[in-house]
Amino acid sequence: MNKTTNIVVAGLGGQGVLKVTDILAEVLFRAGFDVKKSEVHGMSQRGGSVSSEVRFGDRVASPMVPAGECDLLAVLDATQLEVVAAAKRPGCVVITPEDVPTDKLAHPKALNTMILGAMAAQLPQVRDEKLWLEVIGEAFPEKLRDLNLEMFKLGFSVRK
Amino acid sequence: MNERMLASGNEAIAMAAIDCGVNLGAGYPGTPSSEILDEFNKLGGSAEWAPNEKCALEVGIGVAEGGGRALVTMKHVGLNVAADPLFTIAYSGTPGGLVIVSADDPGMASSQNEQDNRRYARAAGVPMFEPADTQECYDYTVAAFQLADRFRAPVLLRLTTRVCHSKCVFRRTHAAESPRGGSYVKDAQANVMVPANARKAHRRLRSDLAAMQAENEKGAFSVEVANSQELGVIASGIAYQHVRDAAPEASVFKPGMTHPLPIEAMRRFAASVKRCVVVEEGDPVMYEALRVAGIAVENKPEMYRFGELNVARVRRLLAGDTSPEPAPVPGKPPQLCPGCPHRKSFEALRDLGCIVAGDIGCYTLGVMPPFSAMDISVCMGASITVGVGMRKVLPESEARRVVSVIGDSTFWHSGINGLVELVYNPPKTGHVVIVLDNSTTAMTGMQEHPGTGRKLDHVTPATRLSIEKAAEGIGIKNIDIIDTTAENERFKEILKQRLASDECSLIIARRPCIIALAKSKQYAK
Repeated sequence: MNKTTNIVVAGLGGQGVLKVTDILAEVLFRAGFDVKKSEVHGMSQRGGSVSSEVRFGDRVASPMVPAGECDLLAVLDATQLEVVAAAKRPGCVVITPEDVPTDKLAHPKALNTMILGAMAAQLPQVRDEKLWLEVIGEAFPEKLRDLNLEMFKLGFSVRK
Repeated sequence: MNERMLASGNEAIAMAAIDCGVNLGAGYPGTPSSEILDEFNKLGGSAEWAPNEKCALEVGIGVAEGGGRALVTMKHVGLNVAADPLFTIAYSGTPGGLVIVSADDPGMASSQNEQDNRRYARAAGVPMFEPADTQECYDYTVAAFQLADRFRAPVLLRLTTRVCHSKCVFRRTHAAESPRGGSYVKDAQANVMVPANARKAHRRLRSDLAAMQAENEKGAFSVEVANSQELGVIASGIAYQHVRDAAPEASVFKPGMTHPLPIEAMRRFAASVKRCVVVEEGDPVMYEALRVAGIAVENKPEMYRFGELNVARVRRLLAGDTSPEPAPVPGKPPQLCPGCPHRKSFEALRDLGCIVAGDIGCYTLGVMPPFSAMDISVCMGASITVGVGMRKVLPESEARRVVSVIGDSTFWHSGINGLVELVYNPPKTGHVVIVLDNSTTAMTGMQEHPGTGRKLDHVTPATRLSIEKAAEGIGIKNIDIIDTTAENERFKEILKQRLASDECSLIIARRPCIIALAKSKQYAK
């Protein structure tokens, strides 16, 4: 049985953290994995810290990433790294806004798709680029679609 | 049907409601339950926001009394509001199906307490299902309606934040039923709870619960994992998932119907292992039931009663580790949005040194700096009445500084009762009530309410109830409507005048929520 892979994404309310994990979970689901995605709604929507977690593998039990077992961690705001640091396992891949070409951001709100691209590059379990593009395409209204696909590709070209 | 899907627990409950042919979904918004009725509506179901949970449950009772199926949704504290009808409909039951969702919030991600509503099932004598993932949310909603049919019983579906909001893979397996046509069968003895009828009904309820327990003992709703004979764990709801990760070697018994519990099956399980630990989030509800039945099980250490469980905490719990837990790094706390109309209202209350009896909503964030302008907040609707009580005991100089602050949705929920109390039993110094009217139920995700003029779908027009006309009808002397952002000085002046007078005054601070305003433009398209 394949081990469960653990992903954590953190940021601030309004940055689109949940959008990132929604897309991630959908891609992994369509790729045939058992997937669970977890987050806490509510007060966090008012500009506070937001974090969301995705676990996938052959069979996932708890929807929450156990402390010290995160394989891939991304933050949309560098200040949030400390808040979720306890999730990291030794050797955890960490992606921050510094790792992506933010100078090429078409819109500050699209940072989440750029970071998602950089995350996708770290997930050899889903190499099917078409699948990523298909799910991202469905996740945005038409007028934002091409922009987000482009930001994803820019992020994807980042190699850590 | 039967296709693999990825969905949250709340979404799966909405799908199950569609597949069960639910005639009406009714509820009051409350995290983490709010999405259920929105989803049910999007899927074509008939869904309504009631002014409060008591109204929602009573409408649901009427639907089920008329032979239909009703799904009533609320957060855990909402069930306190709806408890009055719950305890008596448990006696009489309904010919149709009545399923009540109680979405609990262990850890209080967005709540004022972490009460464990499994207690309500026991207190009211109502059967309860407790799903542990999306599939079980779907399956147990269907099972709840089937159980309701067999026993004429209202059924509680107890969720927790993680189950409501976590997305999991599941299959929609139930063949869709069409909504039933209503029909009325006169049976006053069964339905009118005067003492003579209620005495019989209570006995029938207890014998029905015994029959439900016998049914539950057969195992249709229990999951049993046979592993180690050394360690056995009894867990329900989300705790089961954490246990599977934290102790994959353990034998596990998970009841899905957690009231009435399958006590005899649990007794056999406990006897099959050397050590049996009960792992449950919140209160030791199952532990107490097992101990009363004389079953040797171990309780979790008291420190794990607080907050959510997770894999790490379950590992510690099973190891009997009661050393202090690593403190979580505090994140950025939520705050009133930039441009939020409440900001100017709270600045004025702070600057005038008011003692603020607050209420439940976004505006509870008025307690945070830089405002620090809330002094007490208890439950939905309490601001007005708590303020009245404070004014009755404080010396005049302090009584005159007391202001009650409540939101528009909360006003219609139960604040309106407080106005009745205020006019009937006014303090000597009068009182000042401020309704922060941002024209939406903001905190829970911008739901409509009786004052917005729109139904749950955000589009269908509804009669728009007027706070000012209601207050006038109740007998409030002074009523002012002010945009505290655009007319800040006028607001402060009027507030000062009203605080100095001995009359009962209402100030409606009216300006739409900036998030709701953007959303309403989208809906209008």
